[in-house]
Amino acid sequence: MPIEFRKEYFADERDDNLNEIGKPTQRQDMLGHVTGRSPFYDDHLFDGLCHIRCVRSPHHHARVRRIDVSEAERVPGVRRVILARDVPHNLNTLLSLMDFGLDDEPMLTPEGAEVRYRGEPVAAIVADTERIAREAVAKVRVDYEVLPHVLDVEEAVKPGAVAVNPAYPANKFVYHGKYDHQKLRYGDVEAGFRQADRVIEGRYQMSPIEQAPIETCGAIAAPETNDRYVCYTSTQALFFSLGTAAKLLDISSARLHLIGGTVGGGFGGKVDSIHEPLAILGTVLTGRPCKAMFDREEEMQVGAPRGAERWYITDGVMNDGTLVARKFVGYFDAGAYTRLSSYAIIKGVGHLPGPYTIPNVYADVYCVFTNRTPATAMRGFGVTGVDFAIESHMDVVADELGLDPIEMRIKNAYRDGDMKAHRRLAKNTALVECCQVAAEKAGWPLSAEARAASSLTGGGGARGEMPAFTALDEHGRVSGYESGSYAQGDRPRGEAAGSGAQGRSGSGTPSGQPSPRPRAEPPRAPQPTRVEPTRAEPARAEPQWSDPYAGRPSAPAGTAPASPRPERSPAPDAGPDGTAPRRGPRFASISGLRRR
Amino acid sequence: MAKTPIAFTHNGDERAVFVDDGQNLLDMLRRTAGDLTPKYGCGQGTCGACTVLVDGAPQLACITLAETVDGRRIDTVAGLAAGQGGGRLSPLQKAFMDNFAAQCGYCTDGMLMSATALLARNPRPSRDEVVEAISGNLCRCTGYEAIINAVLQAASGGGSAQAGRR
Repeated sequence: MPIEFRKEYFADERDDNLNEIGKPTQRQDMLGHVTGRSPFYDDHLFDGLCHIRCVRSPHHHARVRRIDVSEAERVPGVRRVILARDVPHNLNTLLSLMDFGLDDEPMLTPEGAEVRYRGEPVAAIVADTERIAREAVAKVRVDYEVLPHVLDVEEAVKPGAVAVNPAYPANKFVYHGKYDHQKLRYGDVEAGFRQADRVIEGRYQMSPIEQAPIETCGAIAAPETNDRYVCYTSTQALFFSLGTAAKLLDISSARLHLIGGTVGGGFGGKVDSIHEPLAILGTVLTGRPCKAMFDREEEMQVGAPRGAERWYITDGVMNDGTLVARKFVGYFDAGAYTRLSSYAIIKGVGHLPGPYTIPNVYADVYCVFTNRTPATAMRGFGVTGVDFAIESHMDVVADELGLDPIEMRIKNAYRDGDMKAHRRLAKNTALVECCQVAAEKAGWPLSAEARAASSLTGGGGARGEMPAFTALDEHGRVSGYESGSYAQGDRPRGEAAGSGAQGRSGSGTPSGQPSPRPRAEPPRAPQPTRVEPTRAEPARAEPQWSDPYAGRPSAPAGTAPASPRPERSPAPDAGPDGTAPRRGPRFASISGLRRR
Repeated sequence: MAKTPIAFTHNGDERAVFVDDGQNLLDMLRRTAGDLTPKYGCGQGTCGACTVLVDGAPQLACITLAETVDGRRIDTVAGLAAGQGGGRLSPLQKAFMDNFAAQCGYCTDGMLMSATALLARNPRPSRDEVVEAISGNLCRCTGYEAIINAVLQAASGGGSAQAGRR
């Protein structure tokens, strides 16, 4: 399909005097791709390369009583068997590099501790060939005490459920040090439901989705000069991989030389930095170049997928299709460890209630630990799952009311100047126009009113006001975590002492046993200067900013301390030569990750 | 481990190597012959990333025993451009570039070999025949349309059928 530009829309917002945009440009890596010369990580050859294969749990949940590697070590060509005790700092969480989440995942599970998902590694074999490594893996004897497991998010959050992840005793990630879920409160949904003509509920469930890159995840490490290690990797997140390897191996990142940049398909599945630490550790322990990689079966079974989400959506709606209240309860299946799931929910809740202006919005979204494969990033993760639920529910509601589903979307779509549920003004909105073009392409008739609608008109005014009253609550409050950061602090001791997760490893050394500890709150990063878009804002009352997490949840609504809206910064200075000011970044990713 | 000597033609060059018992053609080409253009994607004959030509027919190197290619002709992407002399791209490679037919590039080598085999036996394939020819090659990035367009462009002699669609 050729690209089609619909320049009749928002013509005054666009500068068409551009050198690159709108013109075909060749990829800079294309010549390498069509000649087979693009340097994927596995295209680096080393004499004497050793191969690493992992011994993996066949159980969803089990205690590792004993690992017997004596027979495997005697297989000719086996250089080394790596166990948990060989890992200098055997506990990490990927997002600890952003001070977001407790260390909860060992690199290898030690004797006495638990495996928490099927495929979790307990040992790794370093051998001269892949075949020898596979043979030796089959000769490792692991004595497991099989434990009950939980695979359903709502089963996992019931009282008395199997404890999956000891860093989070109730199987729920802790947000902001305060709550066992991520909250969104905007207006009063219960009042909205009372006002509505109809209240329509729906339940939506998606499956985990494997990114399935054609190149499986992997890394090759080798000794380098000056006591350093080089590591070629398929990673999508080179500095995550560097930091994770430095932390797990307790080695200065200055001694690690990671080389990436050519990724054989990632789609988010190459962020988790599983192989780089293992390949480097193999090299540290043997002095040989080592390759660690998933085979296809591991990529599908052990490689972290997009996590499954379950959503309950309740809409309060008028008979003409106007949405007056929307309530979400969401359960995000993180699998056994946090990885990127907690962050996905932050993204997802920032996206609610979808691109619609609704005066009363409520969300409780849980990051739930189950004995499934840990979930991670994938193309819009945190947003795509709930969008599936929202848009399915829009169709259901329109059908129940006997309305046209596209017209109902146009009626409720954000207009410029509307206040969003997360207390930012809607700008540069375009859903109305997207609906109009989609209907046109599909030959779907729209009413004259819907065809005349515009994102530029009808917004602002009362729609730009914060709700007069926001119903707050302390439901889901937890204690024992340091507030001000996402999950820092001591695990609540009372719960831990009574939990079934105790007694797996007696030592206080890094051994796969999480030992969360309070840490000082990190310095706040300076906020980038926000710059107003050039489009004229519709006249509207300036809404008051109030922080729903300001620590006064019991304060009467509407009395939260008012302060200037943080996004309304002064106009930026003009350039020294009087030219127009440079635009600042409109959006800043929390992680700064780029994903395919 | 026993070693078996074999000789084969590799992109027009005579090669003789020792192969291990059970070694597959993919491993032999990459590790022993040093031709890194065939890729490992699945090791079980499902993704097509390791496709090479054996006596002109597309074959999955990951499930082909290396010793079975003794005396046969192996062609890979490494020979596509060289075959035109002076490192010039083949029309198919050029068409892949023109049509944005690669994103991550990992499946591209296998795609090129399947398409090369198709055009060798059927210089004017229909769209359906192109789809059939690359149906054993998985791609997660492009959605296939660009690849199909590229093969059709190459088949039409690099003509303008697709050029007008840019």
